[in-house]
Amino acid sequence: MSGLLVMESVSAGYGPVPVLHGVSLSVAAGSITAVVGANGAGKTTLLRTIIGQLQPAAGYISFDGAALAGTKVENMVRRGIALVPEGRGVITELTVEENLRLGGLWRRDRAAAATLLARMYELFEPLARRRRAPGHQLSGGERQMLALGRALMANPRLLLLDEPSLGLAPRITAQILGLLRTLCDDTGLTVLLIEQNVRSALSVADDGVVLNLGSVVAARSAADLAADTDLRHTYLGF
Amino acid sequence: MRPLTPLVSLLLAAAAAAALIGLTFVVEPFRSYQLATACAYLCAVAGLTLLTGAGGQLSLGQAALMAAGAYSYALSANALAGAGVEGALLLLVPLGASILGASILGVVIGCAAGRLHGPYLAGFTLALVVAIPAVTSTFSAVLGGDQGLWITVEKRPTALRGTVSNEQWQAWLAIICAVAVMVVLNNLLRGRFGRQLRAVRDNDAAASLSGVNAARTKIISFTVSAAAAGLGGGLLAYVTQSASPGAYSLVLSLYLLMAAVIGGIGSLTGAVWGALIMVFLPYAVNTFTANLPVSADVAARLDGNLAVAVFGTILVLVILLAPRGIQGLITAAGRRFRARFPPGQSPSNPASAVVPVPQSRPSAETPSSGTQAPATETGTPPSGTLSTTKGQR
Repeated sequence: MSGLLVMESVSAGYGPVPVLHGVSLSVAAGSITAVVGANGAGKTTLLRTIIGQLQPAAGYISFDGAALAGTKVENMVRRGIALVPEGRGVITELTVEENLRLGGLWRRDRAAAATLLARMYELFEPLARRRRAPGHQLSGGERQMLALGRALMANPRLLLLDEPSLGLAPRITAQILGLLRTLCDDTGLTVLLIEQNVRSALSVADDGVVLNLGSVVAARSAADLAADTDLRHTYLGF
Repeated sequence: MRPLTPLVSLLLAAAAAAALIGLTFVVEPFRSYQLATACAYLCAVAGLTLLTGAGGQLSLGQAALMAAGAYSYALSANALAGAGVEGALLLLVPLGASILGASILGVVIGCAAGRLHGPYLAGFTLALVVAIPAVTSTFSAVLGGDQGLWITVEKRPTALRGTVSNEQWQAWLAIICAVAVMVVLNNLLRGRFGRQLRAVRDNDAAASLSGVNAARTKIISFTVSAAAAGLGGGLLAYVTQSASPGAYSLVLSLYLLMAAVIGGIGSLTGAVWGALIMVFLPYAVNTFTANLPVSADVAARLDGNLAVAVFGTILVLVILLAPRGIQGLITAAGRRFRARFPPGQSPSNPASAVVPVPQSRPSAETPSSGTQAPATETGTPPSGTLSTTKGQR
């Protein structure tokens, strides 16, 4: 398999409880790949395994041709991988600006960080207006923007998103997914998107992967998946 | 209020140090001694503020770190004096040793602290402070056992001996060290490390995802806190000219923690209030007790114990009524004052503060709604940017 991110026969779980069973997938550079599936399919576990929060029991994960095994979570961002976790993970005690700066904290180049910060305020206008507000004062949509902005402050090559639509109004979800599409097209950012809102996810994605009970049951172009009525009825519920 | 820039905070600190040094010229020597003691405690409380307030790591072992500083001071000062060293070296090298000795212990604790949280960490640090007497007894040949060590200290410089009392000199030294600790900690908390520390405290998983090494951040915070406490211990050893296990007991650890909470946990200015209360409250209570018209037996029972009771009562009241401590109360009062008398309006004419507020004007903090064409469910926003309405979830 080829791609910016490649997983081959990866199995992982929590202690003695296996969740992923021999998952193989490839994420092409500059594309959006949506991973969809029902609750308990193993979507979040998949991301946690990629980012290093869980060690795979078997299999191989590579990023840009190099193995990811043994890379600590805090060093993933230095290798070009950023994760927006489920529930967003905003640091509520820090202000909007401090949260954003935290995303670029590992960089030593202050000028580049300042440029990225300005770019984030361009991308997320509400954050620019609330830059001194602490994270706990933000609305759900603003928190999602902040989490996304903080991840983008690392200037990643691969962005992993876990349920970005969780708890958000459909219009905000659509805006965020639309922005991801724009970023991919304009900057070459690669996105691996975990999403329960299957219609929205497949509509912006290039490729789609269907997970069921920890195994890949389909991996095709997003348009093909959306058009496969049997698959949609069996695994995706619409 | 905007945070102070490093230069402004440095100037303020220099001004505060100058004012306190000036104060020693007008108060009696005993007050200078109390000021020196308060400054020594301030170093330890400020370190605890960084560790527990900003870092969220509950430590009951601050007295152990002060003891490490005090014994490091004592051992190095006595060794230097034995070798015939005098002058500034006999003062500065032991102070440096007190910082170094406590920092080494801080690194060791920090390595364990990286794996412990909450009550487990508190229990671990509690064990450290409880172990002090056993350590001094076991190594009594070096540490002096229960009696501790007497220290040969460098007195005030010869040039000052005619004009400055020894207590005054001790206060100067302690003031300069405490102010230096406050400046360093303030800059750390305001900067990159402070953001990392608060991020780890609030959500260490999210901090790790942003590239912050949570374990290393905890170790550094323990080390910095230990260095501050060690300097405090070294200063206390210099002022009292002794280092003994009884002076660094669990009670002192609890006092330091209570001082940080009463002053305002997480606030360095609050640490100042806490340190002042630690020194002057027992003195005030004991003075009050001595003047009570009670029998000598009752007075003897009250002496010392009443101060602890008052301290505990204040702690309970602060937790119930002002969880952000004395500094929180002051900050809230200042905020209310500024709201009532905005800049440019005289407090002497409060009626002028009442101005009509436009009802329909949108707040600058609230994002305007409907400024962007609604996107379709899968559509791309026209400008490639995002805007939302506060409250949409």
